[in-house]
Amino acid sequence: MNIEGVISVSYIIATILFILALGGLSNQETARRGNWYGIIGMAIALIATILGVVTQHYEYLFAALLIGGTIGLIAAKRVQMTQMPELVAILHSLVGLAAVAVGFANFMDPARLSHYIGVELTIHDIETYLGILIGAVTFSGSVIAFGKLSGRLSGSPLTLPGRHLFNLGLLIAAIFFAYQFVVQSADGGGMQPLIIMTAIALVFGIHMVMAIGGADMPVVVSMLNSYSGWAASATGFMLGNDLLIVTGALVGSSGAILSYIMCRAMNRKFLSVIAGGFGTGGGTAAAAGEDQGEVNPIEAEETAELLANAKQVMIIPGYGMAVAQAQHIVYEITKTLRAKGVNVRFGIHPVAGRMPGHMNVLLAEAKVPYDIVFEMDEVNNDFPKVDVSVIIGANDIVNPSALTDPDGPIGGMPVLECWKGGVSIVLKRSMATGYAGVQNPLFFLDNTRMLFGDAGDTLDKVFKAL
Amino acid sequence: MRIGVPKELFAGEKRVATTPDVAAQLIKMGYDVAVESNAGAAANYSDASYETAGCSIASREEIWNDSDIVLKVRGPDDEEAASLKAGQTLISFLWPAQNPELLQKLTESGVTALAMDSVPRISRAQKMDALSSMANIAGYRAVVEAAQHFGRFFTGQITAAGKVPPAKVLVIGAGVAGLAAIGAAKSMGAIVRSFDTRPEVKEQIESMDAEFLMLDFEDEDGSGEGGYAKIMSDEFIKAEMALFAEQAKDVDIIITTALIPGRPAPRLVLSDMVESMKDGSVIVDLAAEQGGNCELTEPGKVIVHNGVTIIGYTDMASRLATQSSQLYASNLRHMLTDMTPGKDGQIVVDMEDEAIRGATVCKDGKTTWPPPAPQLSVAPSKPKPAPAPAPVVEKKRSVAGPIIGMVIAGLALLGLGAVAPASFMAHFTVFVLACFVGYMVIWNVTAALHTPLMSVTNAISSIIILGALIQISSEVEVIKWVAVATVLLTSINIVGGFAVTRRMLEMFRR
Repeated sequence: MNIEGVISVSYIIATILFILALGGLSNQETARRGNWYGIIGMAIALIATILGVVTQHYEYLFAALLIGGTIGLIAAKRVQMTQMPELVAILHSLVGLAAVAVGFANFMDPARLSHYIGVELTIHDIETYLGILIGAVTFSGSVIAFGKLSGRLSGSPLTLPGRHLFNLGLLIAAIFFAYQFVVQSADGGGMQPLIIMTAIALVFGIHMVMAIGGADMPVVVSMLNSYSGWAASATGFMLGNDLLIVTGALVGSSGAILSYIMCRAMNRKFLSVIAGGFGTGGGTAAAAGEDQGEVNPIEAEETAELLANAKQVMIIPGYGMAVAQAQHIVYEITKTLRAKGVNVRFGIHPVAGRMPGHMNVLLAEAKVPYDIVFEMDEVNNDFPKVDVSVIIGANDIVNPSALTDPDGPIGGMPVLECWKGGVSIVLKRSMATGYAGVQNPLFFLDNTRMLFGDAGDTLDKVFKAL
Repeated sequence: MRIGVPKELFAGEKRVATTPDVAAQLIKMGYDVAVESNAGAAANYSDASYETAGCSIASREEIWNDSDIVLKVRGPDDEEAASLKAGQTLISFLWPAQNPELLQKLTESGVTALAMDSVPRISRAQKMDALSSMANIAGYRAVVEAAQHFGRFFTGQITAAGKVPPAKVLVIGAGVAGLAAIGAAKSMGAIVRSFDTRPEVKEQIESMDAEFLMLDFEDEDGSGEGGYAKIMSDEFIKAEMALFAEQAKDVDIIITTALIPGRPAPRLVLSDMVESMKDGSVIVDLAAEQGGNCELTEPGKVIVHNGVTIIGYTDMASRLATQSSQLYASNLRHMLTDMTPGKDGQIVVDMEDEAIRGATVCKDGKTTWPPPAPQLSVAPSKPKPAPAPAPVVEKKRSVAGPIIGMVIAGLALLGLGAVAPASFMAHFTVFVLACFVGYMVIWNVTAALHTPLMSVTNAISSIIILGALIQISSEVEVIKWVAVATVLLTSINIVGGFAVTRRMLEMFRR
């Protein structure tokens, strides 16, 4: 039997299944099937490789698979839906670490020099180098992102003086050591520049994510998602394995598109997010916005009354809902209101939360039917017809100054225009500004009511009052 | 403690300081509430309804003698003031600036008096701002009174019997009363114009769909402390008068609401302007009590001068007694809620509380009016954020940019192809095609599924495990162990990624 041929065919099947898996996620009906395609594709690829390529050390292989799989399964079962961003970030870091490990192991293989010669060796070395570089950046960047998302590190951006120069220096150093590495590798050496480069890449990854503020986390998470794909792809080039190349490219472009969508949702240039520092320029803006007039506070009972008497209600959740774990009580309120004939809908801003689609997952966890959950573009024109908008722990995504003040830190960012509706009820713990550090004129409008307190507790009271 | 609500004695005053609904809430706070017989009759609240709410009905003497707290609308007359004793608390309108003798008397008698008209204009105290709630009613009623005396429709109509032009209404002063008048007149179909010296109200006027009359004058901001108007310069007033004179010839109804705190009302409508108005026109002067914005106003009366009806009622709020009693009672209740922190029926006059401090005019035999200047300026900041979105300027994308980029990328690829070996190019082809497939597929993913998308792509990017599988059979110890570690890491990822995706997708339901 032609083992090579069988493996190739298995890889092609796996590739197709992966593409179908991503395609399946285009809507809720086919999403579950898509996930199964992915699982089957992965299983086929693994079985073909284990049967066809692995010749010994099966015991170690299966032990590692079993332990790793168990850890993964437990993590997936235990994780709270509000912690999804952290889980995704830490999983990304594993892919990065794996890319580094595979790269080093490949480099240490003595068969390498006899296998490749001349230009092929150079290209192979560059592929190895790139695989490790991207892997290391992904790894350290994801670890920092995990730290920021889980609150172990401060969410505020760390902006070193001259950070762009610092990054540029790191890039030049990486190119310099790439040259060193290729030259030395041809003579059988090269370990030293490779290790130095890995260190540089790790520093770069840490520095890059440290400089990015909490509000830009959706971009960071999807960008790291993209990197983990490119790392896999580079490794595929190194190993001459088309399945890795294709899968890596799929994941890489998927993450890149997500990053692009997130950036567009904030009207920010991808480069300026990566360059970091968002959320620091707010100092002046916040100071200037101090004295914007008075806010109208409201009590939970009045909120309940407003909601019960409304015909159209729009709920706009933000990160605060995730923090307060308020999604369940939100749905209880929604159910009660819908039973009374109130049309309750959810308006989701693309960058609400800390991860693309974060709010949808939380609402889904609370069993909110997805056909009453809408994207910003779908509902933004409906606001004049909405009687009551409830804004739960969101700030920048409902800030009118994004439209009125094009030069502000969030100028030009599309926002949910809830102030065009009847009454906006804003649930907030305090008058603090959002991550962008911009004061929100919405809070001072005549048709805005502020409901202060922890979103979970206040919504509980609203629910009881209903 | 016992709350007493006497009947208002002032001639024509129909309001009452509490309603059955509010009384029930006061009782819930731990108070006993006694209401004078027939106190609410003029506002359509019967004694029986108070009794149902849990109040006791008492005689006049009992109310004044036995109450710890007396709630009133108008300030007490001489007799009432004399019957107040030390230890009692009085809450009502007092106008301490206009009634220094009353304040003196109250101070001497040792009562604690809170003036509803002195509640500071801070956001927290809005719920007890009785001036605003009364002004709102007065504004509405002003339009009703105007309609009563105006001989035509407010709305324009084209009927079989001919065309009816809409009435033109000018509202001077767009405070709470002015805005309420604009809203009422507008909803009756009139053409409404409005003027105010404070430029920041322009937006509010326009939000009510009325026309803001701009004064062609260099910037002078009429906003004084606390969001009220202040006195303007002579030149400004001259320009303003010219505007009014011109408008007077055109409009059918003028409603004036211009007041400056602590001063007589500004004279804005002079007799020659009144004479220039059309026959049958109506002027409603809401500032009549403070002397009137119109020169010819007679407070409390309706007069006709040269065919123009001038309404100078000073009791507009009282003319809508049910409504105004209800709102005023709610204002009082909010104040009492703040003053009853224990919900135990014990009133606490907390002089540290800015709102209560502002309203308290005398306490323990000392006059505490006027209060120290408020710490917060409540005037809206000058460039008020416009709620209307600025038109988004679409930047035209240059066509040249992408083309240049593509040319450079193409050249770079050609250069790569020139030197790279065939095996690399084969892989490269696959890579580029895969990028495009990914690009096409991902754009279709709905935003709601972005998180599952990331976790599933994360799982499949662990395909990197193949690299470790290829290496695990190596004879070199180090490579073997590195590969084992990699298999461990990536299998966490594969199983974890798919499992968590599955868990999330299970939750999505219709």
